[in-house]
Amino acid sequence: MSPTQLLIRELADKYGRSREHLLPIMQGVVEQESFLSEYSMIEIAREMDLPAAEVYGTATFYSFLETKKMGKYIIRVCKTISCAMKGKGQVIMAIQDMLKIPLGETTPDGRFSLLQTNCLGLCHKAPAMMINHDVYTDLTPEKVREILSEYMKKPL
Amino acid sequence: MTTQKINISLNGYNVQVDKGTMILDAAKENGLIIPTLCYHKDLCIAGNCRVCVVEIAGQKRLSAACATPVEEGMEILTNSLKVRNSRKHIIELLLAEHNADCTKCYRNGNCELQELASEYKIMTQEFIELVPFKTYTIDMYSPSIIKDDSKCIRCQRCVRTCAELQGVNALTVAHKGDEMKITTFMEKPMNSVVCTNCGQCVNHCPTGALVEKNYIEEVWEAISSPDKHVVVQTAPAVRIGLGEELGFEPGSRNTGRMVAALKRLGFDSVLDTDFTADLTIVEEGTELLTRLKKALKDKDPNVKLPMATSCSPGWIKYIEHLYPEYLPNLSTCKSPQQMFGALVKTYYAKARNLEPDKIVSVSIMPCTAKKFEAARPEMLDSGYRDVDYVLTTRELAIMIKQAGINFSALEEAKYDRLMGDSTGAGVIFGATGGVMEAALRTAYELVTGREVPFENLNITPVRGMEGVREATIKIENPKKEWAFLDGVELKCAIAHGLVNAKTVMDSVKSGKADYHFIEIMACPGGCLGGGGQPIPTSPEIRKKRAEAIYAEDAGMAIRKSHENPEVIKLYRDFLKEPNGELSHKLLHTKYTPRERF
Amino acid sequence: MATTYQLKRADFIFKNENDWEKVLSNILSRSPQDLINELISSELKGRGGAGFPTGLKWKVASELATQPKYVICNADEGEPGTFKDREILEKVPYKVLTAMVACGHVIGAREGFIYLRGEYRFLMPELQKVIQEFEYYLKEIKQDFTIKIFMGSGAYICGEETALFESMEGKRGEPRNKPPYPTNFGYMGGPTVINNVETLAHTFTIFKYGAKKFYDLGVQYSRGTKLFSVSGDTPKPGIYELELGMSLQDFVYEFGDGDTKAVQVGGASGFLVPRKKFADTAIGYQGKLTGISLPTGGSMMLFNSSRSMYNVLDNYLEFFREESCGQCTPCRVGCQQLLLGIKAVKRGDRPASYLDKLLRLTETMQVTAKCGLGQSVANSFSSIVENFREEMIY
Ligand SMILES: Cc1cc2nc3c(=O)[nH]c(=O)nc-3n(C[C@H](O)[C@H](O)[C@H](O)COP(=O)(O)O)c2cc1C
Ligand code: SF4
Ligand code: SF4
Ligand code: SF4
Ligand code: SF4
Ligand code: FES
Repeated sequence: MSPTQLLIRELADKYGRSREHLLPIMQGVVEQESFLSEYSMIEIAREMDLPAAEVYGTATFYSFLETKKMGKYIIRVCKTISCAMKGKGQVIMAIQDMLKIPLGETTPDGRFSLLQTNCLGLCHKAPAMMINHDVYTDLTPEKVREILSEYMKKPL
Repeated sequence: MTTQKINISLNGYNVQVDKGTMILDAAKENGLIIPTLCYHKDLCIAGNCRVCVVEIAGQKRLSAACATPVEEGMEILTNSLKVRNSRKHIIELLLAEHNADCTKCYRNGNCELQELASEYKIMTQEFIELVPFKTYTIDMYSPSIIKDDSKCIRCQRCVRTCAELQGVNALTVAHKGDEMKITTFMEKPMNSVVCTNCGQCVNHCPTGALVEKNYIEEVWEAISSPDKHVVVQTAPAVRIGLGEELGFEPGSRNTGRMVAALKRLGFDSVLDTDFTADLTIVEEGTELLTRLKKALKDKDPNVKLPMATSCSPGWIKYIEHLYPEYLPNLSTCKSPQQMFGALVKTYYAKARNLEPDKIVSVSIMPCTAKKFEAARPEMLDSGYRDVDYVLTTRELAIMIKQAGINFSALEEAKYDRLMGDSTGAGVIFGATGGVMEAALRTAYELVTGREVPFENLNITPVRGMEGVREATIKIENPKKEWAFLDGVELKCAIAHGLVNAKTVMDSVKSGKADYHFIEIMACPGGCLGGGGQPIPTSPEIRKKRAEAIYAEDAGMAIRKSHENPEVIKLYRDFLKEPNGELSHKLLHTKYTPRERF
Repeated sequence: MATTYQLKRADFIFKNENDWEKVLSNILSRSPQDLINELISSELKGRGGAGFPTGLKWKVASELATQPKYVICNADEGEPGTFKDREILEKVPYKVLTAMVACGHVIGAREGFIYLRGEYRFLMPELQKVIQEFEYYLKEIKQDFTIKIFMGSGAYICGEETALFESMEGKRGEPRNKPPYPTNFGYMGGPTVINNVETLAHTFTIFKYGAKKFYDLGVQYSRGTKLFSVSGDTPKPGIYELELGMSLQDFVYEFGDGDTKAVQVGGASGFLVPRKKFADTAIGYQGKLTGISLPTGGSMMLFNSSRSMYNVLDNYLEFFREESCGQCTPCRVGCQQLLLGIKAVKRGDRPASYLDKLLRLTETMQVTAKCGLGQSVANSFSSIVENFREEMIY
């Protein structure tokens, strides 16, 4: 059994194999592998006895269930109005500058992916972003550079 | 149980309707047509296109007529100014998202969107065309189906068809918002996913987004080549469907006119797939009896029961993908189309003194899966491509129109000889339960020497439109060599629509069912509801087509496959015996296990 | 008509009351009917957007015999500019949990879920701890009720109640046809009460202090207090609990930066109110005081004169275009048309009169879209285009 199969089996054992457990299982895979690969979706379909197309169709509905390869740390900068007003543009520019990737891309070393997202519910501390599950608020270009430097030190 | 009646008003007229009826149906019962797009009689209600909106007095918002049940005292307006304006807006929006080049579209003239646009006289496009802003794909990889996303209105009828009628789920809705689209697993081409090519999605699509891959021009070219001998075979369900494309009501029988039309189109020989349907019965019946003998008498553990029919290529691909462990249960008989193809370039070529490579073998089928089947790599047993081109009933109608033939005025004509004879048993192949009935008519007689004990040979328990049907036939006083079958109750199951095939296979798999013989047809109603049949389709239309098929059977002089004189001649002159060596080479095949995803 | 109502701050929701066990055992000792009456007389209305009377909702669900039933706390809070539910779950989660148990008691449900948006995943560990405390307590008092967290995965539309059920059932979050309504046919087809986080938190106050305390606050048709998420051009962004019924003028006086040009009330699916209408606009549900309803959760976004209303609308429309589930025609295609349309007018590719065609389109969307998302795009579009037409063109 491959590690992915093992992971999916574990998740299915934990949550259950009927349809209503599809989201937690997909979330569990994304947690480990950053995204849902073709392989992992097939294995989920097999484990839960679902059509693969249904798994794919459901996954693509949710913006946190990526079906394209993602970096270990997914940066999601809020682009909705309050953050847009409070300088999310400069924040993104600073990140792009530092990581040398455009929006939607992943660094060659697979450490970071840079995405935008809709309202994070942190408008009073705009601009805001998430890196994986962690949130960062009141961002400035300087602050963002500091945060990313910390992530660069983390093991890949 | 009597349903409660309630009072509503429709455009000012008071009427009584059943409680729980949807506004759409209530209106229809009372002579009011409300336009629809995502609604289809065969499918669950989606309520997503919103063209069926109506006004309900006292409500600011409009309601979708297809999805809103009537309530006591409801005052419904189906054609108020607000309704009309909204509907027009919605049609305009659909057109703005749509690659509306109708003149270059396969569905031009039979498209629900086009019809609506014409009905509401949408003469200008004020909204911004969205097509140039998007990258659409046109998937042409499948030999059966073309999927053109730029013509999709996202009504999800195909997705519901593939899931609810077929249980295949090859298609899905993916992404959301402006990127939402209809696609397959990982957006792969249709030929590399679980799709069975059944074409039900094509039959249920309101627009040109899903159409069959057509081979009309290729066939015209063959017909026009002086050195080619073009043979055409017609499947049982074509004759009772074709009329719908050419001005007849559903359920019209047009066998003679169809044959006449094919002759006028220039085919060199017009023959009948019913002939090989009869042949299939003799081969498959023999195979069934052999399996029963091995299982019941010789106690051979390797023989697989139940035996499943193999004439529906959609079903074959389905079982290859989803129940590959049951492939040994499939009859090894090719479908009638492929038996025909293999014989045309051998038996027929020899008898007519033709070079097989000068023969072009065309078949007219109610089916899109047959296009795939004909192209399967193993279908070369004659030494050539057994069937060169497969056209659907719809494509034939197009050719007849192109040729300027006034179909309804044609004199009836007869099939050509050698492979043109058919029996009532061959005809009923076109309806669900037909193969079973034909097989029982023959097998019972082979075993007992007597006709099946049903009035006029009509084995009514296997007929009907229930998704899964079961029947038992008790064998009494068999001939000496079949003595082991005395008192045996032959257990049969019939399913049509692949979602019902799933039910049957799951009960076989779980050991709950101990059938001997199962008939499975991929399409609802059997071939008469095939993916290549005239659009629209609905339970009522399929019922009428079935009635026509059984009427055709009842009117035939010979109604048992083994009595088909040309089949008898074929065995005498060529094949020698059922399931013999030559049969095995030409008429039987093997199957390929495929990936489940 | 200008109102004379003054801004009144309140402090119920975030008041830390470490007595939930007592409150809960008191609730459980009362009859469902009694609790329903209490809620009905408080006139509490849903704080998630639609403003449906909460007591009535519980009552309908309690009257059905079908089992199983479910209680769901809607913590999908995705409306741009709303962030109060997060704060409630961070600071006073036990109030929400108490209310869920109470609701279970009232309607006869044994299972409760919190649908927590994916963006709030970081709340999970703490929340889980509090749930464990509850479960421990419930076991002790032999109350058969469980609470689970169901995580969303980034889809605004899943806040719509029927889309939320679909999502919980493992499907695409596409809103269902209504009827049937959730109280009859909700999660897994069972009768379901779904309430916003804040709505549930208010019931804690009502059950603890009695309906009158709540009813006495606010104004007719809009009783009690409400949390407001204040952001944008304001010197004091944050969350404030205010009595309902205040005039927008008073609100801006308190929260504006002196240069407030317009306020967006109710998030992207709400309305933009220009300065000249502040005095005539009251914040509440319905009735003669109100020029405006609160479509969702009390988001208040302030814009000063440096902001281009065109950019604001552009941002909202992009949001809707992406977050629409995409199933129904008016919303899927309509949102794209509106966005491309205002861009075309701005560029000069379409005449200014094209804005009127778009306004008519939003009217159609409002009456034909399948769910509240598509229906409410008209709110911000028409209020921005009508009040700031020049900014759209030049
Ligand atoms: C597009 C859309 C998004 C919604 N998002 C939320 C949400 O994030 N949180 C919420 O509580 N209600 C949301 N709602 C409202 C819910 O559908 C539902 O009315 C509410 O959860 C009921 O709770 P209440 O009566 O306590 O307000 C949304 C509605 C729509 C149409
Ligand atoms: S699908 Fe219909 S409307 Fe579209 S181009 Fe074809 S015929 Fe015209
Ligand atoms: S051809 Fe049949 S199996 Fe294939 S996508 Fe269409 S309905 Fe599904
Ligand atoms: S392909 Fe056809 S049936 Fe399927 S969603 Fe598009 S228009 Fe509808
Ligand atoms: S209005 Fe929008 S979000 Fe709602 S069902 Fe329609 S497409 Fe989906
Ligand atoms: S036919 Fe009713 S919404 Fe499509």
